[in-house]
Amino acid sequence: MDYLLLLLVFPLIGSLACLLNKKAAKETAFISSLITLAYAIVLLTKFVPDDSRQFVVDYPWIAQFGIHFKAGIDGISMIMVLLTTGLIPLIILSSFNRTFKNSSALYALILFMQFGLLIVFTALDGFLFYVGWEIALIPIYFICAIWGGVDRIRVNMKFFIYTFAGSLFMLLGIIYLHLQTTGNSYDIDAFYALDLDSVTQGWLFWCFFIAFAIKMPIFPFHTWQPDTYTTAPTMGTMLLAGIMLKMGIYGVIRWLIPIVPIGFMEWKQLVIILSIIGIVYASIIAFKQKEIKRLVAYSSIAHVGLIAAGIFAWNAEGVQGGMIQMLNHGINVIGLFFAMDIIIDRLNTQDSSQMGGIAKVAPKFAIALLIIILGTVALPLTNGFIGEFLLLNAVYQYQIWFAAVAGLTIIFGAVYMLRMYKHVMQGELNELTSKFRDIKGSEVLVMGIICALIIIIGVYPKPILNISAAAVDTLIVQVNSKLAF
Amino acid sequence: MNSLIVISILAIVVLYLGLFKAKNAVLPVTIIGLIAALVLSIMEWNSGAAPIYSGMMLFDNFAVAFSSLTIVSTILILLLSKNYFEKISENVAEYYTIILFALAGIVVMVSYHNMAMLFVGLEIMSVSLYILAGIKKRDFASNEAALKYFLMGAFSTGFLLFGITLIYGASHSFDLEVIKQYVINRPTGIDPMFYVGILLMIIGLSFKIGAAPFHFWTPDVYEGSPTLITVFMSTVVKTAGFAAFLRLFSVCFAPLAEDFWMPTLLVITILTLFIGNITALYQTNFKRMLAYSSISHAGYMLFAIVALGATSTNSVFIYAAAYSIASIIAFGVLILVKEQTGGENFNNFNGLGKKNPFLAFVLTISMLSLAGIPLTAGFIGKFFMFSTALAQYHIWLIVFAIINAVIGIFYYFKVIAAMYFKDTERKELTSTPYYKIVLSVSAIVTIILGIYPSLITDLF
Repeated sequence: MDYLLLLLVFPLIGSLACLLNKKAAKETAFISSLITLAYAIVLLTKFVPDDSRQFVVDYPWIAQFGIHFKAGIDGISMIMVLLTTGLIPLIILSSFNRTFKNSSALYALILFMQFGLLIVFTALDGFLFYVGWEIALIPIYFICAIWGGVDRIRVNMKFFIYTFAGSLFMLLGIIYLHLQTTGNSYDIDAFYALDLDSVTQGWLFWCFFIAFAIKMPIFPFHTWQPDTYTTAPTMGTMLLAGIMLKMGIYGVIRWLIPIVPIGFMEWKQLVIILSIIGIVYASIIAFKQKEIKRLVAYSSIAHVGLIAAGIFAWNAEGVQGGMIQMLNHGINVIGLFFAMDIIIDRLNTQDSSQMGGIAKVAPKFAIALLIIILGTVALPLTNGFIGEFLLLNAVYQYQIWFAAVAGLTIIFGAVYMLRMYKHVMQGELNELTSKFRDIKGSEVLVMGIICALIIIIGVYPKPILNISAAAVDTLIVQVNSKLAF
Repeated sequence: MNSLIVISILAIVVLYLGLFKAKNAVLPVTIIGLIAALVLSIMEWNSGAAPIYSGMMLFDNFAVAFSSLTIVSTILILLLSKNYFEKISENVAEYYTIILFALAGIVVMVSYHNMAMLFVGLEIMSVSLYILAGIKKRDFASNEAALKYFLMGAFSTGFLLFGITLIYGASHSFDLEVIKQYVINRPTGIDPMFYVGILLMIIGLSFKIGAAPFHFWTPDVYEGSPTLITVFMSTVVKTAGFAAFLRLFSVCFAPLAEDFWMPTLLVITILTLFIGNITALYQTNFKRMLAYSSISHAGYMLFAIVALGATSTNSVFIYAAAYSIASIIAFGVLILVKEQTGGENFNNFNGLGKKNPFLAFVLTISMLSLAGIPLTAGFIGKFFMFSTALAQYHIWLIVFAIINAVIGIFYYFKVIAAMYFKDTERKELTSTPYYKIVLSVSAIVTIILGIYPSLITDLF
């Protein structure tokens, strides 16, 4: 049975259904995403958490180049599938109070993007991976450029050019690897089995790394990110920050490091340094920000920098920490952007200096935002803690001073996030904020789910860590054995 | 071979229909005739062809594939011509006749087995095109286009002919097979005359496909000619030019690639890519942008000849098919936009997403395909070209190609941005059923080839 194929097909059907059912596109999209989520949970129950690939589908696609439609799920992919299928319903639900022009197209694009994302996270064939990578990009471009804010055309053109340029270099790398394989193949195992010399691995590393670094984004490839996040409609921002940037991190774990381990070792230190520069740099800018949405955008760069540093340190703690932190960051950042969206929508301003005292008129909202912020700043017993702890531990094992600097992210994060909370939620009410309505209906539901996830994962992360543990260990052993020569 | 006969006779029949004022019958007869030619052509697939007419022509799978592609493109273009030529002149039959004669020349060009036939085919096609470019008699731009095209074309034909004679002088034959044997049998002692001949032929053929630095005629001619003729020139004619180029070089000159002509062509390719793309970037006129972008697409297609190998034919075929279909959509929408808004600049497309979602959607697919985004045929074309070039380890060429693909995004997405992200007050745009059929068929084909290219790539 092709269990996996069904998972990929659901969002596609949902996307078409949204286009056909114009009147209730929102509801159609929500139900469709719930079905996909339910199906993903069914897969999870059938999933055996060992290091094997499961539910593998394999069909010949373009015979001449040995391209197959080959996809499967192992522990690492499973986390990503859960992230994608779990967050999309939340993102759609978060928009229930909004009306959009031409909303059927918007929801169809979101589900189409989900299709692309699921391909990326399950692909076991280089060509398929690339195709999924681009399929995920096209819808988000249109979402941000059609439904976005001021200056959206220029900002999104920059975003698109950046990511497209990066991915073309990746395509170059993929085709080159294909030409080196013995059996005319794009299969990931054939890529793993290659034994390339260090010069080739060096430049192949950059071919892939540029694509992934732009997507994450790692300093200095991040310049598209704050503008794009700020001008995009909130759903678009959630998709970008919550799910899409994880494509880059996933790509590093699945494709970059195992395929060119020698190239990776060569450039590892540089990447970790860049990541740490990114952490500090983004934190400082976030600290200075008055625009709340932009502040969250910069904080995202800082958090992703830590994930990248932990993964590039390449030990079991780091990769495991990266895996769980991807999930947590997705949940937290969606919560944050949703909260920012509620504030901006009701007050009609981005500027935190004009706000204050919202906690008094909106207690439910205040509690929810506080929990999300605590999760983001990695307070123990919230979800952020376990991930950042493992990641810092990994960097520490690599280089103690790097860990010291990277650890600043937690302190910085607490400072700018709590400062923002103070400015926005506490203090005196003013004319603008006194009319603030508390959250209700679907907003309460979204916030409730997010807060519940933050606390549950924070208290008991083990089941999630278990999903990917075996796969991560095997991958690290496999890479290290290639490096031993 | 029967398809060539059918097309030639069809052209004369259409001319007589015009003579007897049977105006309404012209288009249906042409289309039916072309479909017959298409069927006859496809029937010769895998028929184990041998050179015919005293070794003049060879209707092998290569010829079948490319003549079918050009016939299909011509059918799609002519379907758009309903009520188009009537606006230009009284005597519509001439247009169809001349286009059919050009097509006959093209069929010869893709199936020649003798340099003489290459020349004859090329001239039949070119002379027809000179007339078509200038067919708006009272229009200044059209006259300029025709004159420019004729003068430059005549020159390039001269180069080509000179090249053919020099090669004849060295190898004592026009026959491709004999020339091939000449090259193989004399790995060292090839006459210098032969080399000069190859260079001159590269110049002549580069002119025909609009490769830099022999591209200067392209923008003016494309802009000045009636749009429907421009589509024909930028799709069918270009495809034929590449087929002829590829056939000559893969059959005759392949062994000399590394030592001699490959570096020359590599320079031409890189120049073509950059000049086409960078100039396209600065255009505000959509038609002129397409003209320059067609130059850059010629650059991508040259990859297959620069990196001559097992997948070359396949790559050119899929790229030409993807590019032709996408161009037909782009020009088709352009014709409608120009008719109803009076201009062909980017800002005439503003708000098309609202005024006519169908047109905007198909044009988006076309632009995505030209830009080479996955799930469209254009991506598969680029992918094949990149694979072909990388197979010969032209890594720098691919790096240049990537830079150009990124530049391409700017101007292709300009149109998409205008259609969807900018609003303008304008009344609805309408399209006729013919347009709807052609545009939707082309869009669907673009997507299908993008998802499952094996349909046509497994042919060779």
